[in-house]
Amino acid sequence: MINFLQNCLDGAMIGSSYSLLAISFTIIFGIMGRINLALGPSIMLGAFLGTWAFINLEVSPWTVAMVTIIATILIGIYVERLCFWAIRRDVAMASMVSSFAIWMQLEEIALNLLPERTYPFPKLFVSGTIEIGPFFLRYEHLVTFGIAMLSMLGLAFLLYRSRFGLALRAVSESRKTAAYMGIDPNKIIFWTFILVSFFGGIAGYLLLATDQQITPNFGLWATLKGLIAMMLGGMGSLVGAVIGGVVIGIIEAQTQWYLGNAYRDLSVYVVLFVMLIFHPGGLLGNQFAHKADIKFKRV
Amino acid sequence: MLQINDVTAGYGMIKALKGVFLEARQGEVTCLLGPNGAGKTTLIYTIAGIVRAQTGSIVLNQVNITNFTPQNIVKRGIAVVPENRLVFPLMSVRENLLAGAFSRKEGKNTIVQNDIKQMFSKFPVLNERSEQLAGTLSGGEQQMLAVARALMSKPKILLMDEPSVGLAPLIVAQIFGIILEMKNEGMTIFLVEQNANMALKVADKFYLLEQGEITFEGVPDQIKDADIIQRAYLGNKKK
Repeated sequence: MINFLQNCLDGAMIGSSYSLLAISFTIIFGIMGRINLALGPSIMLGAFLGTWAFINLEVSPWTVAMVTIIATILIGIYVERLCFWAIRRDVAMASMVSSFAIWMQLEEIALNLLPERTYPFPKLFVSGTIEIGPFFLRYEHLVTFGIAMLSMLGLAFLLYRSRFGLALRAVSESRKTAAYMGIDPNKIIFWTFILVSFFGGIAGYLLLATDQQITPNFGLWATLKGLIAMMLGGMGSLVGAVIGGVVIGIIEAQTQWYLGNAYRDLSVYVVLFVMLIFHPGGLLGNQFAHKADIKFKRV
Repeated sequence: MLQINDVTAGYGMIKALKGVFLEARQGEVTCLLGPNGAGKTTLIYTIAGIVRAQTGSIVLNQVNITNFTPQNIVKRGIAVVPENRLVFPLMSVRENLLAGAFSRKEGKNTIVQNDIKQMFSKFPVLNERSEQLAGTLSGGEQQMLAVARALMSKPKILLMDEPSVGLAPLIVAQIFGIILEMKNEGMTIFLVEQNANMALKVADKFYLLEQGEITFEGVPDQIKDADIIQRAYLGNKKK
């Protein structure tokens, strides 16, 4: 029982960074109705640049974090201009396909930059464990959890209390109506990509600093985690994304403990599979159907 | 105040507007009538900058605003009450009003908050529902919210696209009461309607748009006499 609870704690803490990834996908999906597959690879390349600086310039972990986040934002802008802004009048599928193409490009850049595939990633500035009652908590996990929670609180504040958040929600409900209000949807979408890349960069840094190594596969891995957490929680629901991320973290920790490392990813897919069969909308997916209901309601 | 000179606009090969001339004068209610597909909503889109005018000019207070961005047009004082209301269904009533004030530069919270209070006293039903999601309001309430939201941008002229569509007759009367009230407060209104009976009661001047062209213009008395229009658009002949 203690083990089970311990796994829940560990899983939830790692899962909080999956939540951040899922939120990033959800916001892009919410505002554009499009999926940015290149988000994971953008983070990967950003982190590769951070590692590159770490290896070649021997900068501090703080600088690595900064480089990772800023590079992710710049790559995010690149992706937005090419895969979303440039083809904003075309079908949504076009953005998904071109973001997949950009993904390949980003991976190639990473491989050319550092050709040996696996590299060390500097760990967080803290390490060690703390004992609370029967439980052991790793400082890295606590820091990851704390930063992820702070980021989510900041994001909630931004979305629901700021002028930018109001505009973002207006654009995601109806681009045309937002334009009537004097909101420029393209500008808002641009800044949303910056925002999302910022949070993605934070999530990527936290995950990599905990793992202490990076490979070009991190892009695929991050995109999968984010998308699965989003689908599990319910497409288009921010709270769902948070819950989805935490649930994945916990499932992974439990399988790793009880079944071994080989089953870690498999178990998540099984849960997603079962969820999609019995409750295709995801945990909180009803909100999305609800939105369509309200939209077409005529009284 | 608002002049539209020879405006042509359309979608791809289709010309929805074929050289439209009209004028909305300060402090008056100008009404545009016309059947479905005549190009009424396209005209609203073109004025609001959502659809580009291919030729012609749109002039607001002597400034040529043709093909300005929608944002710039809102800033210059044109607000739209869109067809089918188009409130933001997942935002509260208060947030909808805040979104309406987005274009205002002074953005100071206190000024905008005061205006929201003003809207609440003007539309008490919105005050009762201020924290409710706009999607849960009734059609009439949504229409009032759409009007209040448009007023939040402090417009010089209000464009209303079929405010009566899909509403019960009693609610329609209420909405037209609000239009009359705004007119008495000095607001310039450009009203696009199919409900000619109601529009007749508030408008100072009429235009008739058919297949992208203005085919008639006049004052309400004239339109009552024009038999063709009466048959085509007023529906039931009275007595």
